[in-house]
Amino acid sequence: MLPLEGGAAAVWVPLALSLKVAGWATALVLVAGVAVAWFVARTRFRGREVFDAVMTLPMVMPPTVLGYYLLVLIGRRGWIGEWLDATFGIVLIFTWQGAVIAAAVVAFPLVYKAARAAFEEVPRQTENAARVLGASEWRVFANVTLPLAWRGILSGTMLAFARALGEFGATLMVAGSIPGKTQTLSIAVYEAVQAGQDGVANFLVITTSVVCIAVLVGSGRLLTARHP
Amino acid sequence: MKLAVDVARRLHGQGRTFELHARFECHHDVTVVFGPSGSGKSVTLQAVAGLMRPDSGRIVLGDRVLFDAAQGIDLPARERRVAYVFQDYALFPHLTVAQNVAFPLMRWWQRRLPPAVHERVMVMLEVFEIAHLAADHPGRLSGGQKQRVALARALVGEPALLLLDEPFSALDPLLRERMRHELLALRERFAVPLLVITHDPDDVATLAQDIIVFREGQVVTTGATLDMVHDVETGPQVRRAVRRFLSEAVAGGEDPP
Repeated sequence: MLPLEGGAAAVWVPLALSLKVAGWATALVLVAGVAVAWFVARTRFRGREVFDAVMTLPMVMPPTVLGYYLLVLIGRRGWIGEWLDATFGIVLIFTWQGAVIAAAVVAFPLVYKAARAAFEEVPRQTENAARVLGASEWRVFANVTLPLAWRGILSGTMLAFARALGEFGATLMVAGSIPGKTQTLSIAVYEAVQAGQDGVANFLVITTSVVCIAVLVGSGRLLTARHP
Repeated sequence: MKLAVDVARRLHGQGRTFELHARFECHHDVTVVFGPSGSGKSVTLQAVAGLMRPDSGRIVLGDRVLFDAAQGIDLPARERRVAYVFQDYALFPHLTVAQNVAFPLMRWWQRRLPPAVHERVMVMLEVFEIAHLAADHPGRLSGGQKQRVALARALVGEPALLLLDEPFSALDPLLRERMRHELLALRERFAVPLLVITHDPDDVATLAQDIIVFREGQVVTTGATLDMVHDVETGPQVRRAVRRFLSEAVAGGEDPP
Protein backbone atom coordinates (compact mmCIF):
# COMPACT_ATOMS: atom_id res chain seq x y z
CA MET A 1 0.00 0.00 0.00
CA LEU A 2 1.28 3.42 -0.86
CA PRO A 3 1.67 5.83 2.00
CA LEU A 4 -1.32 8.16 1.75
CA GLU A 5 -1.04 11.77 2.76
CA GLY A 6 -4.05 12.71 4.90
CA GLY A 7 -4.84 9.04 5.63
CA ALA A 8 -7.33 6.70 3.96
CA ALA A 9 -10.08 9.32 4.28
CA ALA A 10 -8.32 11.40 1.62
CA VAL A 11 -9.21 8.62 -0.84
CA TRP A 12 -12.45 7.16 0.44
CA VAL A 13 -14.30 10.40 1.10
CA PRO A 14 -14.04 11.75 -2.47
CA LEU A 15 -14.63 8.25 -3.88
CA ALA A 16 -17.82 7.78 -1.85
CA LEU A 17 -18.99 11.29 -2.77
CA SER A 18 -18.32 10.65 -6.45
CA LEU A 19 -20.28 7.40 -6.36
CA LYS A 20 -23.19 9.19 -4.67
CA VAL A 21 -23.15 12.09 -7.13
CA ALA A 22 -22.73 9.84 -10.17
CA GLY A 23 -25.46 7.48 -8.93
CA TRP A 24 -28.02 10.24 -8.50
CA ALA A 25 -27.02 11.91 -11.75
CA THR A 26 -27.37 8.59 -13.62
CA ALA A 27 -30.82 7.96 -12.15
CA LEU A 28 -31.99 11.45 -13.18
CA VAL A 29 -30.51 11.15 -16.64
CA LEU A 30 -31.96 7.66 -17.18
CA VAL A 31 -35.52 8.88 -16.62
CA ALA A 32 -35.10 12.16 -18.50
CA GLY A 33 -33.02 10.69 -21.33
CA VAL A 34 -35.43 7.81 -22.01
CA ALA A 35 -38.46 10.11 -21.91
CA VAL A 36 -36.98 12.70 -24.28
CA ALA A 37 -35.53 10.02 -26.59
CA TRP A 38 -38.88 8.25 -26.84
CA PHE A 39 -40.60 11.55 -27.62
CA VAL A 40 -38.11 12.47 -30.36
CA ALA A 41 -38.04 8.95 -31.85
CA ARG A 42 -41.83 8.60 -32.02
CA THR A 43 -43.15 12.04 -32.92
CA ARG A 44 -42.68 14.39 -35.82
CA PHE A 45 -42.60 18.10 -35.05
CA ARG A 46 -41.15 21.26 -36.50
CA GLY A 47 -37.61 21.94 -35.39
CA ARG A 48 -37.01 18.31 -34.43
CA GLU A 49 -33.44 18.37 -35.72
CA VAL A 50 -32.64 21.60 -33.87
CA PHE A 51 -34.13 20.15 -30.70
CA ASP A 52 -32.01 17.03 -31.17
CA ALA A 53 -28.90 19.19 -31.58
CA VAL A 54 -29.65 21.12 -28.38
CA MET A 55 -30.14 17.87 -26.46
CA THR A 56 -26.77 16.62 -27.75
CA LEU A 57 -24.94 19.89 -27.12
CA PRO A 58 -23.48 18.99 -23.68
CA MET A 59 -21.52 16.22 -25.39
CA VAL A 60 -19.50 18.62 -27.52
CA MET A 61 -19.41 21.83 -25.48
CA PRO A 62 -16.56 22.55 -23.06
CA PRO A 63 -17.72 21.61 -19.53
CA THR A 64 -16.77 25.08 -18.30
CA VAL A 65 -19.22 26.61 -20.77
CA LEU A 66 -21.92 24.27 -19.46
CA GLY A 67 -20.90 25.23 -15.92
CA TYR A 68 -21.35 28.86 -16.82
CA TYR A 69 -24.80 28.20 -18.28
CA LEU A 70 -25.72 26.34 -15.11
CA LEU A 71 -24.56 29.27 -12.96
CA VAL A 72 -26.75 31.57 -15.01
CA LEU A 73 -29.69 29.21 -14.47
CA ILE A 74 -29.34 27.86 -10.96
CA GLY A 75 -26.84 30.28 -9.39
CA ARG A 76 -27.94 32.33 -6.39
CA ARG A 77 -29.10 35.09 -8.70
CA GLY A 78 -29.81 32.79 -11.63
CA TRP A 79 -33.22 32.57 -13.34
CA ILE A 80 -34.24 29.38 -11.58
CA GLY A 81 -31.86 29.67 -8.63
CA GLU A 82 -33.32 32.93 -7.36
CA TRP A 83 -36.84 31.53 -7.53
CA LEU A 84 -35.81 28.29 -5.78
CA ASP A 85 -34.14 30.28 -3.01
CA ALA A 86 -37.07 32.68 -2.56
CA THR A 87 -39.79 30.00 -2.74
CA PHE A 88 -38.29 26.93 -1.09
CA GLY A 89 -35.09 28.24 0.45
CA ILE A 90 -33.13 25.81 -1.73
CA VAL A 91 -29.62 26.78 -2.75
CA LEU A 92 -27.97 24.40 -5.21
CA ILE A 93 -24.71 26.20 -5.71
CA PHE A 94 -21.72 24.78 -3.77
CA THR A 95 -23.72 21.73 -2.63
CA TRP A 96 -23.45 18.07 -3.62
CA GLN A 97 -26.90 18.40 -5.18
CA GLY A 98 -25.42 21.08 -7.43
CA ALA A 99 -22.71 18.60 -8.39
CA VAL A 100 -25.45 16.08 -9.27
CA ILE A 101 -27.07 18.58 -11.63
CA ALA A 102 -23.75 19.43 -13.27
CA ALA A 103 -22.91 15.74 -13.76
CA ALA A 104 -26.43 15.00 -15.03
CA VAL A 105 -26.32 17.72 -17.70
CA VAL A 106 -22.95 16.51 -18.95
CA ALA A 107 -24.02 12.83 -18.98
CA PHE A 108 -27.50 13.40 -20.45
CA PRO A 109 -26.59 13.13 -24.16
CA LEU A 110 -25.05 9.68 -23.63
CA VAL A 111 -28.36 8.21 -22.47
CA TYR A 112 -30.42 10.31 -24.86
CA LYS A 113 -28.40 9.33 -27.96
CA ALA A 114 -28.26 5.64 -27.06
CA ALA A 115 -31.96 5.48 -26.18
CA ARG A 116 -33.02 7.31 -29.32
CA ALA A 117 -31.03 4.95 -31.53
CA ALA A 118 -32.42 1.95 -29.63
CA PHE A 119 -36.02 3.17 -29.97
CA GLU A 120 -35.58 3.88 -33.67
CA GLU A 121 -34.40 0.31 -34.22
CA VAL A 122 -37.63 -1.13 -32.82
CA PRO A 123 -39.77 -1.85 -35.92
CA ARG A 124 -42.98 0.19 -36.04
CA GLN A 125 -44.70 -2.91 -37.36
CA THR A 126 -43.95 -4.79 -34.13
CA GLU A 127 -45.49 -1.96 -32.10
CA ASN A 128 -48.49 -1.89 -34.43
CA ALA A 129 -48.93 -5.64 -33.98
CA ALA A 130 -49.27 -5.01 -30.23
CA ARG A 131 -51.82 -2.20 -30.80
CA VAL A 132 -53.95 -4.38 -33.03
CA LEU A 133 -53.82 -7.11 -30.37
CA GLY A 134 -55.47 -4.75 -27.90
CA ALA A 135 -52.47 -3.14 -26.17
CA SER A 136 -52.75 0.42 -24.80
CA GLU A 137 -50.01 2.91 -25.69
CA TRP A 138 -48.49 2.39 -22.24
CA ARG A 139 -48.48 -1.37 -22.73
CA VAL A 140 -46.89 -1.02 -26.17
CA PHE A 141 -44.09 0.95 -24.51
CA ALA A 142 -43.71 -1.24 -21.40
CA ASN A 143 -44.08 -4.67 -23.04
CA VAL A 144 -42.69 -4.16 -26.54
CA THR A 145 -40.65 -1.00 -27.13
CA LEU A 146 -38.73 -0.94 -23.86
CA PRO A 147 -37.85 -4.68 -23.75
CA LEU A 148 -36.56 -4.44 -27.33
CA ALA A 149 -34.56 -1.27 -26.62
CA TRP A 150 -33.27 -1.87 -23.11
CA ARG A 151 -29.83 -3.17 -24.09
CA GLY A 152 -29.03 0.01 -25.95
CA ILE A 153 -30.47 2.14 -23.16
CA LEU A 154 -28.55 0.29 -20.45
CA SER A 155 -25.33 0.54 -22.43
CA GLY A 156 -25.81 4.31 -22.76
CA THR A 157 -26.64 4.52 -19.06
CA MET A 158 -23.39 2.82 -18.12
CA LEU A 159 -21.44 5.27 -20.24
CA ALA A 160 -23.38 8.10 -18.61
CA PHE A 161 -22.42 6.76 -15.17
CA ALA A 162 -18.74 6.66 -16.14
CA ARG A 163 -18.97 10.17 -17.56
CA ALA A 164 -20.71 11.46 -14.43
CA LEU A 165 -18.09 9.80 -12.25
CA GLY A 166 -15.33 11.63 -14.08
CA GLU A 167 -17.05 15.02 -14.38
CA PHE A 168 -14.69 17.89 -13.56
CA GLY A 169 -15.21 21.26 -15.24
CA ALA A 170 -18.93 21.92 -14.81
CA THR A 171 -18.90 20.42 -11.32
CA LEU A 172 -16.04 22.64 -10.22
CA MET A 173 -17.82 25.75 -11.45
CA VAL A 174 -21.19 24.89 -9.95
CA ALA A 175 -20.24 23.04 -6.77
CA GLY A 176 -16.68 24.13 -6.14
CA SER A 177 -14.15 21.97 -4.34
CA ILE A 178 -15.19 21.70 -0.72
CA PRO A 179 -13.48 18.64 0.85
CA GLY A 180 -16.03 16.14 2.12
CA LYS A 181 -18.90 18.11 0.59
CA THR A 182 -18.39 18.75 -3.09
CA GLN A 183 -14.84 17.57 -3.71
CA THR A 184 -15.43 14.62 -6.03
CA LEU A 185 -12.86 12.11 -7.27
CA SER A 186 -11.65 13.99 -10.29
CA ILE A 187 -11.45 17.28 -8.39
CA ALA A 188 -9.59 15.50 -5.57
CA VAL A 189 -7.06 14.23 -8.14
CA TYR A 190 -6.48 17.78 -9.31
CA GLU A 191 -6.10 19.07 -5.74
CA ALA A 192 -3.79 16.18 -4.78
CA VAL A 193 -1.50 16.84 -7.74
CA GLN A 194 -1.49 20.57 -6.99
CA ALA A 195 -0.57 19.81 -3.38
CA GLY A 196 2.12 17.30 -4.37
CA GLN A 197 0.30 14.39 -2.71
CA ASP A 198 1.39 11.80 -5.27
CA GLY A 199 0.23 8.80 -3.21
CA VAL A 200 -3.34 10.03 -3.06
CA ALA A 201 -3.28 11.07 -6.72
CA ASN A 202 -1.98 7.65 -7.84
CA PHE A 203 -4.55 5.77 -5.85
CA LEU A 204 -7.43 7.93 -7.09
CA VAL A 205 -6.26 7.70 -10.69
CA ILE A 206 -5.98 3.91 -10.60
CA THR A 207 -9.40 3.54 -8.93
CA THR A 208 -11.01 5.76 -11.55
CA SER A 209 -9.34 3.90 -14.41
CA VAL A 210 -10.47 0.48 -13.13
CA VAL A 211 -14.08 1.61 -12.70
CA CYS A 212 -14.16 3.17 -16.18
CA ILE A 213 -12.65 0.10 -17.88
CA ALA A 214 -15.17 -2.15 -16.11
CA VAL A 215 -18.03 0.08 -17.28
CA LEU A 216 -16.80 0.17 -20.89
CA VAL A 217 -16.36 -3.61 -21.08
CA GLY A 218 -19.80 -4.16 -19.54
CA SER A 219 -21.47 -1.72 -21.89
CA GLY A 220 -19.74 -3.25 -24.93
CA ARG A 221 -20.97 -6.72 -23.95
CA LEU A 222 -24.53 -5.47 -23.63
CA LEU A 223 -24.46 -4.07 -27.14
CA THR A 224 -23.05 -7.17 -28.84
CA ALA A 225 -25.35 -9.66 -27.08
CA ARG A 226 -28.40 -10.54 -29.15
CA HIS A 227 -31.75 -12.11 -28.62
CA PRO A 228 -31.71 -15.90 -28.97
CA MET B 1 -70.39 -9.98 -41.12
CA LYS B 2 -70.47 -7.00 -43.38
CA LEU B 3 -67.58 -4.59 -43.81
CA ALA B 4 -68.23 -1.29 -45.53
CA VAL B 5 -65.26 0.92 -46.38
CA ASP B 6 -65.31 4.31 -48.01
CA VAL B 7 -62.16 6.25 -47.22
CA ALA B 8 -59.89 8.82 -48.83
CA ARG B 9 -56.37 9.74 -47.88
CA ARG B 10 -53.72 11.85 -49.55
CA LEU B 11 -50.19 10.59 -48.94
CA HIS B 12 -47.02 12.51 -49.69
CA GLY B 13 -43.64 10.93 -50.14
CA GLN B 14 -40.55 10.97 -52.34
CA GLY B 15 -41.68 13.97 -54.32
CA ARG B 16 -45.00 12.53 -55.41
CA THR B 17 -48.52 12.52 -54.07
CA PHE B 18 -50.59 9.39 -53.79
CA GLU B 19 -54.35 9.67 -53.68
CA LEU B 20 -56.12 6.77 -52.04
CA HIS B 21 -59.81 6.46 -52.54
CA ALA B 22 -60.98 3.05 -51.43
CA ARG B 23 -64.65 2.25 -51.58
CA PHE B 24 -66.01 -1.27 -51.28
CA GLU B 25 -68.23 -3.60 -49.27
CA CYS B 26 -67.55 -7.19 -48.23
CA HIS B 27 -70.50 -9.48 -47.74
CA HIS B 28 -68.81 -12.87 -47.99
CA ASP B 29 -66.57 -14.66 -45.53
CA VAL B 30 -63.42 -14.47 -47.60
CA THR B 31 -62.55 -11.34 -49.54
CA VAL B 32 -59.37 -11.02 -51.52
CA VAL B 33 -57.79 -7.63 -52.15
CA PHE B 34 -55.79 -7.80 -55.33
CA GLY B 35 -53.61 -5.30 -57.15
CA PRO B 36 -50.02 -4.39 -58.04
CA SER B 37 -47.65 -3.13 -55.36
CA GLY B 38 -48.19 0.50 -54.47
CA SER B 39 -51.83 0.44 -55.50
CA GLY B 40 -53.15 1.17 -51.99
CA LYS B 41 -54.01 -2.32 -50.69
CA SER B 42 -51.90 -2.20 -47.54
CA VAL B 43 -52.83 1.38 -46.68
CA THR B 44 -56.48 0.42 -46.93
CA LEU B 45 -56.03 -2.52 -44.56
CA GLN B 46 -54.17 -0.25 -42.14
CA ALA B 47 -57.12 2.12 -42.20
CA VAL B 48 -59.48 -0.74 -41.36
CA ALA B 49 -57.20 -1.86 -38.50
CA GLY B 50 -56.90 1.67 -37.12
CA LEU B 51 -53.20 2.06 -37.88
CA MET B 52 -53.73 4.80 -40.45
CA ARG B 53 -56.22 7.64 -40.11
CA PRO B 54 -57.99 8.54 -43.38
CA ASP B 55 -58.60 12.19 -44.21
CA SER B 56 -62.26 11.51 -44.75
CA GLY B 57 -64.79 8.74 -45.04
CA ARG B 58 -66.31 5.97 -43.00
CA ILE B 59 -65.58 2.38 -42.00
CA VAL B 60 -68.33 0.16 -40.62
CA LEU B 61 -67.84 -3.41 -39.42
CA GLY B 62 -71.11 -5.23 -38.73
CA ASP B 63 -73.09 -2.80 -36.59
CA ARG B 64 -70.02 -0.99 -35.24
CA VAL B 65 -68.77 2.28 -36.71
CA LEU B 66 -64.97 2.04 -36.56
CA PHE B 67 -64.31 5.34 -38.23
CA ASP B 68 -66.42 8.26 -39.33
CA ALA B 69 -64.63 11.48 -40.17
CA ALA B 70 -67.86 13.51 -40.32
CA GLN B 71 -68.96 12.40 -36.84
CA GLY B 72 -65.46 12.49 -35.39
CA ILE B 73 -65.44 8.76 -34.61
CA ASP B 74 -62.05 7.04 -34.70
CA LEU B 75 -61.85 3.92 -32.57
CA PRO B 76 -58.25 3.20 -31.52
CA ALA B 77 -56.76 0.04 -33.00
CA ARG B 78 -56.93 -1.76 -29.64
CA GLU B 79 -60.72 -1.41 -29.48
CA ARG B 80 -61.55 -2.44 -33.06
CA ARG B 81 -61.29 -6.23 -32.60
CA VAL B 82 -59.68 -6.37 -36.03
CA ALA B 83 -56.73 -8.77 -36.08
CA TYR B 84 -53.88 -8.22 -38.52
CA VAL B 85 -51.33 -10.77 -39.71
CA PHE B 86 -48.49 -8.72 -41.16
CA GLN B 87 -46.45 -9.75 -44.16
CA ASP B 88 -43.36 -10.32 -41.99
CA TYR B 89 -45.61 -11.62 -39.17
CA ALA B 90 -44.23 -9.01 -36.70
CA LEU B 91 -43.84 -11.55 -33.89
CA PHE B 92 -42.39 -10.25 -30.63
CA PRO B 93 -38.75 -11.41 -30.78
CA HIS B 94 -38.21 -11.09 -27.02
CA LEU B 95 -41.14 -13.36 -26.12
CA THR B 96 -41.53 -17.13 -26.46
CA VAL B 97 -44.11 -18.64 -28.82
CA ALA B 98 -46.48 -19.21 -25.88
CA GLN B 99 -45.99 -15.62 -24.63
CA ASN B 100 -46.58 -14.28 -28.15
CA VAL B 101 -49.87 -16.13 -28.44
CA ALA B 102 -50.82 -15.13 -24.88
CA PHE B 103 -50.14 -11.41 -25.53
CA PRO B 104 -53.77 -10.38 -26.23
CA LEU B 105 -54.88 -12.09 -23.00
CA MET B 106 -52.30 -10.54 -20.67
CA ARG B 107 -51.96 -7.35 -18.62
CA TRP B 108 -48.86 -5.23 -18.87
CA TRP B 109 -47.49 -6.12 -15.42
CA GLN B 110 -47.98 -9.89 -15.84
CA ARG B 111 -44.82 -11.85 -16.54
CA ARG B 112 -46.11 -15.43 -16.17
CA LEU B 113 -49.19 -16.79 -17.86
CA PRO B 114 -52.12 -17.16 -15.41
CA PRO B 115 -53.49 -20.78 -15.41
CA ALA B 116 -56.61 -19.91 -17.41
CA VAL B 117 -54.55 -18.08 -20.04
CA HIS B 118 -52.01 -20.88 -20.18
CA GLU B 119 -54.77 -23.39 -20.83
CA ARG B 120 -56.29 -21.31 -23.60
CA VAL B 121 -52.91 -20.72 -25.22
CA MET B 122 -52.04 -24.41 -25.15
CA VAL B 123 -55.33 -25.22 -26.88
CA MET B 124 -54.43 -22.72 -29.63
CA LEU B 125 -50.92 -24.15 -29.96
CA GLU B 126 -52.43 -27.64 -30.36
CA VAL B 127 -54.82 -26.41 -33.04
CA PHE B 128 -51.90 -24.90 -34.96
CA GLU B 129 -49.65 -27.92 -34.32
CA ILE B 130 -46.96 -25.80 -32.69
CA ALA B 131 -47.31 -26.97 -29.06
CA HIS B 132 -43.77 -28.40 -29.17
CA LEU B 133 -42.44 -24.90 -29.92
CA ALA B 134 -44.14 -23.21 -26.95
CA ALA B 135 -40.88 -22.31 -25.19
CA ASP B 136 -38.93 -21.28 -28.32
CA HIS B 137 -38.27 -17.72 -29.42
CA PRO B 138 -39.44 -16.61 -32.90
CA GLY B 139 -35.85 -16.21 -34.12
CA ARG B 140 -35.51 -20.01 -34.13
CA LEU B 141 -38.63 -20.74 -36.19
CA SER B 142 -39.08 -21.46 -39.90
CA GLY B 143 -41.30 -19.25 -42.06
CA GLY B 144 -44.22 -21.67 -41.88
CA GLN B 145 -43.93 -21.98 -38.11
CA LYS B 146 -43.81 -18.20 -37.71
CA GLN B 147 -46.98 -17.89 -39.74
CA ARG B 148 -48.77 -20.39 -37.50
CA VAL B 149 -47.69 -18.42 -34.43
CA ALA B 150 -48.90 -15.19 -36.02
CA LEU B 151 -52.27 -16.76 -36.89
CA ALA B 152 -52.68 -18.26 -33.41
CA ARG B 153 -51.83 -14.90 -31.83
CA ALA B 154 -54.28 -13.09 -34.09
CA LEU B 155 -57.15 -15.50 -33.43
CA VAL B 156 -56.78 -16.17 -29.70
CA GLY B 157 -58.60 -12.93 -28.83
CA GLU B 158 -61.60 -13.89 -31.02
CA PRO B 159 -61.46 -10.94 -33.43
CA ALA B 160 -64.45 -9.80 -35.47
CA LEU B 161 -62.34 -9.65 -38.63
CA LEU B 162 -58.94 -11.02 -39.65
CA LEU B 163 -56.74 -9.07 -42.06
CA LEU B 164 -53.87 -10.84 -43.80
CA ASP B 165 -51.20 -8.98 -45.78
CA GLU B 166 -49.66 -11.27 -48.41
CA PRO B 167 -49.84 -14.21 -46.01
CA PHE B 168 -48.08 -16.73 -48.25
CA SER B 169 -45.48 -14.65 -50.07
CA ALA B 170 -42.70 -15.66 -47.64
CA LEU B 171 -43.42 -19.39 -47.97
CA ASP B 172 -42.17 -21.89 -50.53
CA PRO B 173 -44.75 -22.90 -53.20
CA LEU B 174 -45.54 -26.36 -51.76
CA LEU B 175 -46.23 -24.98 -48.31
CA ARG B 176 -48.22 -22.14 -49.85
CA GLU B 177 -50.84 -24.45 -51.32
CA ARG B 178 -51.19 -26.30 -48.01
CA MET B 179 -51.50 -23.11 -45.98
CA ARG B 180 -54.26 -21.82 -48.27
CA HIS B 181 -56.40 -24.80 -47.39
CA GLU B 182 -55.47 -24.55 -43.72
CA LEU B 183 -56.53 -20.93 -43.74
CA LEU B 184 -59.95 -21.86 -45.10
CA ALA B 185 -60.27 -24.57 -42.44
CA LEU B 186 -59.38 -21.99 -39.78
CA ARG B 187 -62.00 -19.65 -41.10
CA GLU B 188 -64.60 -22.35 -40.54
CA ARG B 189 -63.31 -23.26 -37.11
CA PHE B 190 -63.07 -19.72 -35.73
CA ALA B 191 -65.99 -18.33 -37.75
CA VAL B 192 -64.03 -15.19 -38.56
CA PRO B 193 -64.31 -13.33 -41.86
CA LEU B 194 -61.05 -12.86 -43.76
CA LEU B 195 -59.76 -9.94 -45.79
CA VAL B 196 -56.64 -11.08 -47.63
CA ILE B 197 -54.19 -8.95 -49.61
CA THR B 198 -52.37 -10.74 -52.38
CA HIS B 199 -50.88 -10.35 -55.77
CA ASP B 200 -50.73 -14.08 -56.34
CA PRO B 201 -53.56 -15.21 -58.70
CA ASP B 202 -53.41 -18.70 -57.16
CA ASP B 203 -54.51 -17.17 -53.85
CA VAL B 204 -57.46 -15.62 -55.60
CA ALA B 205 -58.46 -18.90 -57.21
CA THR B 206 -58.33 -20.88 -53.96
CA LEU B 207 -59.57 -18.34 -51.44
CA ALA B 208 -61.73 -15.67 -52.97
CA GLN B 209 -65.46 -15.48 -52.53
CA ASP B 210 -65.35 -11.75 -53.00
CA ILE B 211 -62.67 -9.85 -54.83
CA ILE B 212 -61.60 -6.23 -54.75
CA VAL B 213 -59.12 -5.02 -57.32
CA PHE B 214 -57.00 -1.93 -56.68
CA ARG B 215 -55.21 0.19 -59.22
CA GLU B 216 -53.42 3.44 -58.41
CA GLY B 217 -55.27 4.00 -55.18
CA GLN B 218 -58.71 3.31 -56.60
CA VAL B 219 -60.95 0.28 -56.39
CA VAL B 220 -61.53 -0.65 -60.01
CA THR B 221 -63.56 -3.85 -59.66
CA THR B 222 -65.40 -5.58 -56.86
CA GLY B 223 -67.54 -8.50 -55.89
CA ALA B 224 -69.76 -10.29 -58.36
CA THR B 225 -67.12 -10.36 -61.06
CA LEU B 226 -65.82 -13.49 -59.42
CA ASP B 227 -68.94 -15.44 -60.35
CA MET B 228 -67.61 -15.34 -63.83
CA VAL B 229 -64.36 -16.91 -62.73
CA HIS B 230 -66.10 -19.70 -60.86
CA ASP B 231 -68.20 -20.55 -63.90
CA VAL B 232 -65.09 -21.82 -65.58
CA GLU B 233 -64.15 -25.46 -65.02
CA THR B 234 -62.00 -26.27 -62.01
CA GLY B 235 -58.26 -26.86 -61.92
CA PRO B 236 -55.61 -25.03 -63.91
CA GLN B 237 -58.25 -23.59 -66.15
CA VAL B 238 -59.62 -21.57 -63.27
CA ARG B 239 -56.17 -20.21 -62.52
CA ARG B 240 -55.66 -19.23 -66.11
CA ALA B 241 -59.04 -17.56 -66.21
CA VAL B 242 -58.32 -15.72 -62.99
CA ARG B 243 -54.95 -14.66 -64.28
CA ARG B 244 -56.47 -13.34 -67.47
CA PHE B 245 -59.30 -11.65 -65.64
CA LEU B 246 -56.99 -10.03 -63.17
CA SER B 247 -54.42 -8.83 -65.64
CA GLU B 248 -57.28 -7.20 -67.52
CA ALA B 249 -58.57 -5.65 -64.33
CA VAL B 250 -55.23 -4.14 -63.42
CA ALA B 251 -54.24 -3.30 -66.97
CA GLY B 252 -52.18 -0.19 -66.83
CA GLY B 253 -50.52 -1.50 -63.68
CA GLU B 254 -47.85 -4.14 -63.73
CA ASP B 255 -48.63 -7.79 -64.51
CA PRO B 256 -49.16 -10.09 -61.57
CA PRO B 257 -46.02 -12.11 -60.89
